[in-house]
Amino acid sequence: MNKKELLTYYREMLLIRRFEEKSGQLYGMGLIAGFCHLYIGQEAIVVGMKHAMRKSDSAVTSYRDHGHILAGGMDPKYVMAELMGRGTGCSKGKGGSMHMFDLKNNFWGGHGIVGAQVPIGTGIAFTNKYKENGDVCVTYFGDGAVHQGQVYESFNMASLWKLPVLYIIENNIYSMGTSVERHSCRTDLYKFGESFLIPGKRVDGMDIFAVKEAGEEALKYIRSGKGPMILEMVTYRYRGHSMSDPGNYRSKEEVNKMRDNHDPIENLKEILIKKKFASEEDLKNIDKEIRAEVEEAVEFSKNSSEPDPKELYTDIYK
Amino acid sequence: MATITVREALKDAIAEEMRADKDVFILGEEVAEYQGAYKVTQGLLQEFGDKRVIDTPITEHGFAGLAIGAAISGLKPICEFMTFNFAMQAIDQIINSAAKTYYMSGGQINCPIVFRGPNGSAARVGAQHSQCYASWYSHIPGLKVIAPYTASDAKGLLKTAIKDPNPVIFLENELMYGRSFEIDDEAEEYIPFGKAKIVREGTDVTITAFSIQVGNALLAAEKLAEEGISAEVIDLRSLRPLDEETILDSVKKTNRLVTVEEGWGFASISSSIVSLVVAKAFDYLDAEIIMITGKDIPMPYAHNLEKLTVPQIDDIVGACKKVCYR
Repeated sequence: MNKKELLTYYREMLLIRRFEEKSGQLYGMGLIAGFCHLYIGQEAIVVGMKHAMRKSDSAVTSYRDHGHILAGGMDPKYVMAELMGRGTGCSKGKGGSMHMFDLKNNFWGGHGIVGAQVPIGTGIAFTNKYKENGDVCVTYFGDGAVHQGQVYESFNMASLWKLPVLYIIENNIYSMGTSVERHSCRTDLYKFGESFLIPGKRVDGMDIFAVKEAGEEALKYIRSGKGPMILEMVTYRYRGHSMSDPGNYRSKEEVNKMRDNHDPIENLKEILIKKKFASEEDLKNIDKEIRAEVEEAVEFSKNSSEPDPKELYTDIYK
Repeated sequence: MATITVREALKDAIAEEMRADKDVFILGEEVAEYQGAYKVTQGLLQEFGDKRVIDTPITEHGFAGLAIGAAISGLKPICEFMTFNFAMQAIDQIINSAAKTYYMSGGQINCPIVFRGPNGSAARVGAQHSQCYASWYSHIPGLKVIAPYTASDAKGLLKTAIKDPNPVIFLENELMYGRSFEIDDEAEEYIPFGKAKIVREGTDVTITAFSIQVGNALLAAEKLAEEGISAEVIDLRSLRPLDEETILDSVKKTNRLVTVEEGWGFASISSSIVSLVVAKAFDYLDAEIIMITGKDIPMPYAHNLEKLTVPQIDDIVGACKKVCYR
């Protein structure tokens, strides 16, 4: 672990945090509308995985996708413009919060139906195998999606055909407002692949080093042709399921406890300081830079116009 | 003149496109070792191997989603449903993922896939295995919907479907697979979508139909001719996009319209055609329009009840006579 690497992780996680905080504010101001699912608290997963994956690997996820597309390398300007429904958005303002895609960085969305991205990710892995390109498709889904039938249909085919897919369950403890104890007959979600002969492992999703290490191991296993693997990354979202969620199903103390003791960014900050890789002052400066970058994204979006009405009927058929 | 069955024509289309493009593959239940539940894929496994002709588990939602993932990431899947009745398990993936991704991604990600299999009334299989989904899929922007009648059309349209960069719903018919047609030497290799075909010219009444009901419409037209009524029969072939021009031109000529469809009449292909004609050719109509559709009930099993449910030749004849005031 060198200084440069750690500072990169810090910067990338903080960008997602600040971007999402700003999104929450803009939602409150009415500049972002509809469903908006924030990624705050879960940043270590996508950033850790980004540094475990190779560039040509692909990723696909659910509607909680801002963190994924930012970690993938999309310029925050275009993500923010999409959230604000502007023509300069990464989906030209036609997708919104839940439907973001970044072909250049192999990010395949951004899917609004719980669990639907799981067979899609399995199909992207099918293409990898068909084309023998050695790439893996990292397919993210939440603890809530675990109970969708198509997830098991995918597990079966992926295992049967030894497809290069890494399933990452982002277990943030709540399927909307229903806790994992209340929605799942068992809470060790990494074992849900057992009957499909898919090995699984539980990982501390608040620890970027644990995420990266487990990701690297899993990707190595999958790339060797052994078929899929499941990583259950236990994490926590600080904010509601979406912006309209008051969070009455859990206590403030519970949220604060996670935030105070297990925050992935604070944890990394401590390490950076302890190792003398950065001073408080350095980190404050990074924060300033990132806030400025997010502000720039907001200004860009505000100054962008809404999509041209002529775009209404484009992109329906190729 | 040489003939070919619809089954052979479909298989030829798939085989030719698979030979031409190594990214085309076919998956579905029993398509490989079993040689196809209805034998459409006979011989494909032997020619192309198990990498490109893939037996799936019985898992429609899963394999449709997997095929969509493969399509958006660079392959050209032909996804066979043993029948479209089972595709209801997969309809979320077809509509929410296949049809909408191009739009939702602002034109970044297209989905070149063909969903095909038998659709419509089968014979004596009851309500869950005997249903027409033409209007269901035709409702959806982002999908193209094709329903051929002749063998040559089946081949030329399927070849176009496989080459199309969009998701295509290709509706076949179980009762048509074994039917032989003369090979149409004039047919284009790739038949364009959105073009209906006038399969019998006439002057007194227009009949629109698609898939197996084109056969009934033609037989009805013959009966009508015996009674001195000249019916024009339009094989729609392509339901989305729909060839509005051919329908309107015909109605402007005959001034009368009877639509034929196996599906239920409410919110149907027929009702869309009626709304089209009323909106754009109202002044040309000399009589009410009659929609001959499946009866508004789940398909019964008993032979007599089943026959009463599905449009019959005499229903079409009766409707045409009525609009001709005969």
